Amino acid sequence: MTNNVDLHTREIRPLRQTYTHVAEYIGADKPATRYQEATLGAQPTANFHYRPTWDPQHELYDASRTRVKLKDWYVLTDPRQFYYGTWTMSRARQQDAVEASYQFVESRGFVSKMPSDLVGRICSQMMPLRHVAWGGNMNNTFICAYGYGTSFTAPALFHALDHLGVAQYLTRLGLTLGDASTLEAGRLAWLEDPKWQLLRRHVEDSFVLQDPFELFVAQNLALDGLLYPLVYDDYVNGRLAGMGATIVAMLTAFMPEWHQESARWVDAVVKVAAAESTENLRLISDWARDWADRAQGSLSPIAEMILDQSGQEALSGVRDRFDARCRKLGLEVGTKIT
Amino acid sequence: MHAPVNSREMSKRLSLKERYVAMTRGLAWNTTYQPMEKVFPFDRYEGIRIHDWDLWEDPFRLTMDTYWKCQGEKDKKLYAVIDAFAQNNGHLGISDGRYVNAIKLFIQGVTPVEYGAHRGFAHVGRQFVGAGPRVACQMQAVDELRHFQTETHAMSHYNRHFHGMHAPGQWFDNVWYLSVPKSFFEDAFTSGPFEFLTAISFSFEYVLTNLLFVPFMSGAAYNGDMATVTFGFSAQSDESRHMTLGIECIKFMLEQDPGNVPIVQRWIDKWFWRGYRLLTLVAMMQDYMLPRKVISWKEAWEMYAEANGGALFKDLARYGIREPRGWKDACEGKEHISHQAWALFYQYTHAAAFHTWLPESAEMEWLMQKYPSTFVEYYRPRLEQWRAQNAQGRRFYNMTLPMQCRVCQMPMIFSEPGAPATICMRESVHSGTTYHFCSDHCQSIFAAEPQKFVQARLLVRQPQGDKREPTKADGERPDFDPWQPLLAEWEVESGADNLDFEGSVDQRNRAAWTMPVSEVGT
Amino acid sequence: MSNVFIAFQANEDSRPIVDAILADNPRASAVYSPGLVKIDAPDSLTIKRATIEAHTGGSFDLQQIQINLVTLSGHLEEDEDHFTLSWKH
Repeated sequence: MTNNVDLHTREIRPLRQTYTHVAEYIGADKPATRYQEATLGAQPTANFHYRPTWDPQHELYDASRTRVKLKDWYVLTDPRQFYYGTWTMSRARQQDAVEASYQFVESRGFVSKMPSDLVGRICSQMMPLRHVAWGGNMNNTFICAYGYGTSFTAPALFHALDHLGVAQYLTRLGLTLGDASTLEAGRLAWLEDPKWQLLRRHVEDSFVLQDPFELFVAQNLALDGLLYPLVYDDYVNGRLAGMGATIVAMLTAFMPEWHQESARWVDAVVKVAAAESTENLRLISDWARDWADRAQGSLSPIAEMILDQSGQEALSGVRDRFDARCRKLGLEVGTKIT
Repeated sequence: MHAPVNSREMSKRLSLKERYVAMTRGLAWNTTYQPMEKVFPFDRYEGIRIHDWDLWEDPFRLTMDTYWKCQGEKDKKLYAVIDAFAQNNGHLGISDGRYVNAIKLFIQGVTPVEYGAHRGFAHVGRQFVGAGPRVACQMQAVDELRHFQTETHAMSHYNRHFHGMHAPGQWFDNVWYLSVPKSFFEDAFTSGPFEFLTAISFSFEYVLTNLLFVPFMSGAAYNGDMATVTFGFSAQSDESRHMTLGIECIKFMLEQDPGNVPIVQRWIDKWFWRGYRLLTLVAMMQDYMLPRKVISWKEAWEMYAEANGGALFKDLARYGIREPRGWKDACEGKEHISHQAWALFYQYTHAAAFHTWLPESAEMEWLMQKYPSTFVEYYRPRLEQWRAQNAQGRRFYNMTLPMQCRVCQMPMIFSEPGAPATICMRESVHSGTTYHFCSDHCQSIFAAEPQKFVQARLLVRQPQGDKREPTKADGERPDFDPWQPLLAEWEVESGADNLDFEGSVDQRNRAAWTMPVSEVGT
Repeated sequence: MSNVFIAFQANEDSRPIVDAILADNPRASAVYSPGLVKIDAPDSLTIKRATIEAHTGGSFDLQQIQINLVTLSGHLEEDEDHFTLSWKH
């Protein structure tokens, strides 16, 4: 009789690989990824006890809040495969890089080495963007609250908090380049300066959209799809860097990086939803085109302010590239220039 | 517009409070192109009056950079433990095979509520006019998603090896006893934003949360469940922020307008009672489902509800708030509810997705010691009767489904306050239909909002009429068992997820895993 | 008069915090159970950043308290240097 008490040699076979609602999507005999277990089938779907007193026309979780129709909302996935853990850890690493940049810039007194009128212009041109980002936070919170299906709604909340992070990074930039009065001036410009009013109206109009998918297209695809390349590629990393204000690019490096990363998610959602039916394609294409037209108009005075005479051409170029991006997703927007 | 050169060397150092305002409230503005009432349509209809949102104080003042750093660190540690647990077959380290049924209850009844909280806080995180509370609510929304996902991940390894954990979402939506947490949460989420915060942030996360978490987590620690302990403590650090949101929101509403006081009092009354009823399941878990005992439900209630809650309501007295209407009955119930609930699930375990059993003699001793004035007289005799039936091979199953209270959805198992041998039942007629309640307090809750509670789904009724009915041909078959199609529809695996722990697959498996290797194959 | 309390995971990171609390709050008492340390104090309890730093030898941001915090009771007031729990009755 053997006397081997090594537990590790004992074979303990599992009864199953994962939860039933996950196995329904991936197959019963496969182990699930953390993303899959955290996301697939997580949202309740049946037997709701009461109608919302704040929206008695709908159930608590209700796919009919949007005109987009999907047989199964879990067909939408996030190519980044973010669940809370991977999202936070990823952002924590990015925050370390931001912290290092601030240390670098502040310890060497680089801000004081820049011409003060340049610093002043940068502040007035960038501080109102804090409020645009705040709008992104509000809208993505809406999408999380009223969208359908965890694979659509969970990343929207990450995106909302990412927008808040952007707004707070811009605030920190303002406090580094200037002080509390810098922020206040930016706020006043946002409320009263004619150059910002088209954009503010645009953002406020987005606050009253009721269709979470339309809002997704308006905010995450159309507005940010034009704003970020214009501000961070053309202006911060282009114009400002060329003028010796590279520290701004350093201190805002998170923004274009985040925009590119999250665009993968936005694109995947739009592409799959539009591909499901001609009705969805029509709807999403119209939204993309109409909201991009509006965004382009709202950004026109901004483009002129930050890029002077090259502003309109830059904005046009940004729009062309946006249209090309949309066409890659299968949308019917813009015309190809032959 | 911009400050002159020499004041620009370092950004002016703002205090924590000032910096936080710049980072949150300072980002928001009152809209003018769209009216504020259209941007925030739900903030008036409950009758709560807020005159100055700027008076909201956020004690923790977390900006996203700090949030990501703190939470990233917590998750790194947590997932390292979850990975180690899975790699090393940590489920073999639990004290006793019966223990897993406590965490089955957790993943069935608590984890889906975390998901609901995630969506509910996203909703109020958009709808409050005040920017400060919106940010706090959004952080809570993503914290709750964290809890849902980390619990799902931590339990995943258990799910691979035990029954009763594989379809928690399906059960939450369809199985009778889980409508207790489901209806609780949906009642909160379908209410207005201020009521939602009073219900969840204050009544649940502040007043009652310790009664949910400490029993489960201490129970896990005492019974060798490393995964749950680690998850539990990691989640609790988020809960502290949630608790402070709760106390802040209640103070804020009470200080903003005296007209808010009676509204808030009504909500405190309702939600204390609904929360208390929800905790019946935890009471039962604590007294009957932990092979190694921590403290009794009664002791936990005295520590966390009576002492801590007592201090809280003394504090709120200066606003004109009194202790909740159901407070005395809840305190009286501490001697009874765990026993009443275990007796319920013992007999209905054929229709539940977890096992039950009779306490061993050492456990009976412990129960007698902890409940000297009630256990021997009211609850032990029934358990002894069932033990005798067991010994004769007639394990008792009550082959029906119990009657549920229209409001809290708990079955009618509670006794009249002061009369433990009498079932408490109340009735009201509304628009010609009779509705049933477990207590005066549920009856009052109904009376205040009948139009809401008449909508509630009573899942015990579905087998009789709402969903599929057996055909005449079915009923004529000699071997027809009406439970089989029902359990199949619920996705409860008959003979694996349900019934007594004795003779269960879980029990056999655990014995096989922990058998000395020298005996394997003999 | 009622107790306030604060509880932490019992580990290496929380040890200096617990030590600091007991040093600064003479009427506070700590109770240990598996994985957990709970500190009760009558009326109020204050955690001081300076005392924690004296125990750790390095700099400490009070917001780090959250990482090992389990639960608390009482009204909370916090700034860069102090974290206070109290009842106001």
